[in-house]
Amino acid sequence: MLKKNRLWFRSALLAILVVAVGYTIYNSMNEESGTYISKGNTAPNFVLTDLNGKQVELEDYRGKGVFLNFWGTWCKPCEREMPYMQRQYEKYKEQDVEILAVNVSETNVSVKNFVDRYRMSFPVPMDKQREVTKAYGIGPIPTTILIDKNGKVVERTSESLSEKKIISFMEKIKP
Amino acid sequence: MMQTITCECGHSNPYGTSLCQACGKPLKQDVEVLSSMRYEGSARRSQTYKQTFVDKIWNFFSSVKVGVWLIVIILVAAAIGTIFPQETFIPPNVDPATHYESEYGTFGLIYYLLGFHNLYGSWWFILLLGMLGLSIIIASLDRGIPLYKALKTQRVTRHDQFMKNQRLFSKSNDVELDEIKYTLESLRYKVREEDGNLFAEKGRFSRWGAYVNHVGLIIFLTGAMLRFFPGMYVDDILWVREGEKASIPGTSTEDGQYYLENNDFILEMYDKEEKKFNSALSSVDGEVAKNYQSNVTLYKTKENHTIGAEPELVKVKNGEIRVNEPFKFDSFALYQTDFKLNEFYKMSFELEEKATGNKFGKLTVDLHDPKKEYDLGKGYKVKIEEYFPNFVLNDQNQPSTVNNLPDNPAFVFSMYSPKTPDGEKAFVGIQKNIDSGENQFKMSFAGIETKDLTALTVRKDHTLWIIALGGIIFMIGVTQGLYWNYRRIWIKQNAGEVWAAAHTNKNWYGLKKDVEFLSDKTNLTPLEEKETASK
Repeated sequence: MLKKNRLWFRSALLAILVVAVGYTIYNSMNEESGTYISKGNTAPNFVLTDLNGKQVELEDYRGKGVFLNFWGTWCKPCEREMPYMQRQYEKYKEQDVEILAVNVSETNVSVKNFVDRYRMSFPVPMDKQREVTKAYGIGPIPTTILIDKNGKVVERTSESLSEKKIISFMEKIKP
Repeated sequence: MMQTITCECGHSNPYGTSLCQACGKPLKQDVEVLSSMRYEGSARRSQTYKQTFVDKIWNFFSSVKVGVWLIVIILVAAAIGTIFPQETFIPPNVDPATHYESEYGTFGLIYYLLGFHNLYGSWWFILLLGMLGLSIIIASLDRGIPLYKALKTQRVTRHDQFMKNQRLFSKSNDVELDEIKYTLESLRYKVREEDGNLFAEKGRFSRWGAYVNHVGLIIFLTGAMLRFFPGMYVDDILWVREGEKASIPGTSTEDGQYYLENNDFILEMYDKEEKKFNSALSSVDGEVAKNYQSNVTLYKTKENHTIGAEPELVKVKNGEIRVNEPFKFDSFALYQTDFKLNEFYKMSFELEEKATGNKFGKLTVDLHDPKKEYDLGKGYKVKIEEYFPNFVLNDQNQPSTVNNLPDNPAFVFSMYSPKTPDGEKAFVGIQKNIDSGENQFKMSFAGIETKDLTALTVRKDHTLWIIALGGIIFMIGVTQGLYWNYRRIWIKQNAGEVWAAAHTNKNWYGLKKDVEFLSDKTNLTPLEEKETASK
């Protein structure tokens, strides 16, 4: 066998394995989201009724950046980031960034009290049946998904957010 | 062209070969014939030259030492993953960050911080498996191909050096070659003849056992890898309350999303009074479960269903799910996994005047969707100010809720009557009814409704047959290599003498019996075992 052929064969075999293992690792990192809602993918459309009885549909926000947050009243880190989100919402609303704070399967009474306490003015879609939560593969809350003006997912994180982080997120998805 | 070594027999061998592929002559001065026999003295491809970066990687993974270390590391890691439960198996609704520490102490915290709570899906574990796969492929290619070539090109006539240095060897005179040939064939050896020399071999295919086994392993690992590819594998859990419908995770496609309705969850116990079971059950405390069953109905939405929208459902079929009797549709199977009996569903209260005990109407609160206000008529009404589905006093001694499950519901009610138009407040929970002490009215408990929940495992697995195939091939390879062995006997005419030599890759006892049989039946001098030279 020619030396050159051998080099080609070896390089090709190594390349195939690197790609296969790399792809597997990439998928395992996104495994939490059953539908692979992660960076670069289009966020699937959903429609939910918000706390005020209004229909909220994700596709209606095309052209705007969407800060999609999943939360619950009983979750301490969620509670911590709410005032920061509210403050930044007021600043970035004019710059076409919208916050959708999807509540995971709670009652209107509990959520209403919470929303009044923190004076939240952004829409709070109520995911009573956990349909969106399931489809988006949400594990621990809070989980925040950043969606750009074209409906593409820019970032997905389950950390509790500082105000600084929220500002940087807003800048990221500003159209 | 690569450098080659031409043996005196005329065969040209690849660079690095220690025993000629054809006649077995040692090609270097210091070659030990016997210890070179494992791979027929063939050149391990990678060892022959070191040049490019790719070759260096190749050489690294070609080493059996590296392979063994990879196996050891994977074994240790996999064992560590079993010390504490993996993240998948800790209760839902708990934060893993605190769960491991509170449950298992400092070690639990370290375990969590090092990421061992999600070990088998972690990038480094997959990387290790990938490296092991690479090591298996490269090491097999590097050894298997030269071995195959050496065994294929081997000649009947072997070099004197090769013969003399075998572990079993003898010299005889006056031997009937046909007799030897006949005897060997009766032992089911395949015998070849060349210039009055004989070569008998048996079980060559056992030498491929290790490589068949490795092919099986690679297929197995590929199957395991494919589980991470979209659409190949789903393993999820679905909780459904009786009488409710829920979307089945992982079943969403363009033609719609599957929903499942839980019509009834059934838990049956063995009857201790029944004669048949009486003696078996008498030694058991408590009850023994006989059946866990969910009666379900499968639905599918119309095409292009928007997540979250009220689904337009079309009934597909009914089914019953019992342990080990899954409910199947498309490539999915639903298994009975868990249940929760008597989850609180609705709570009823009556508005009561403390002094008289008179009641002014009843209200029923849906714990999953309580109303803000309940009008009882004639100026009597009750408002829910606060609702805690799973009540607890938090660190600041404030009432709050652990999660969103109504396991310990508690309310702050405001009660209005014509006598108390400004309203009176009371905190009401399970076995709790606290007010300021001056209230004229109270909420008295008037009953509770409960519902059962069933938990089903949603499973789709397109990789199982690949993994099974890999496993079967693996076992074939193991059997092939372990239960058979490659025996060879050489007979060479040498200046009036007849030289005999024999070799096997394992089971020397079996080979010795063969050559004893041979010398018994013929005039061949019994082959003697050479003292294996200790290093």
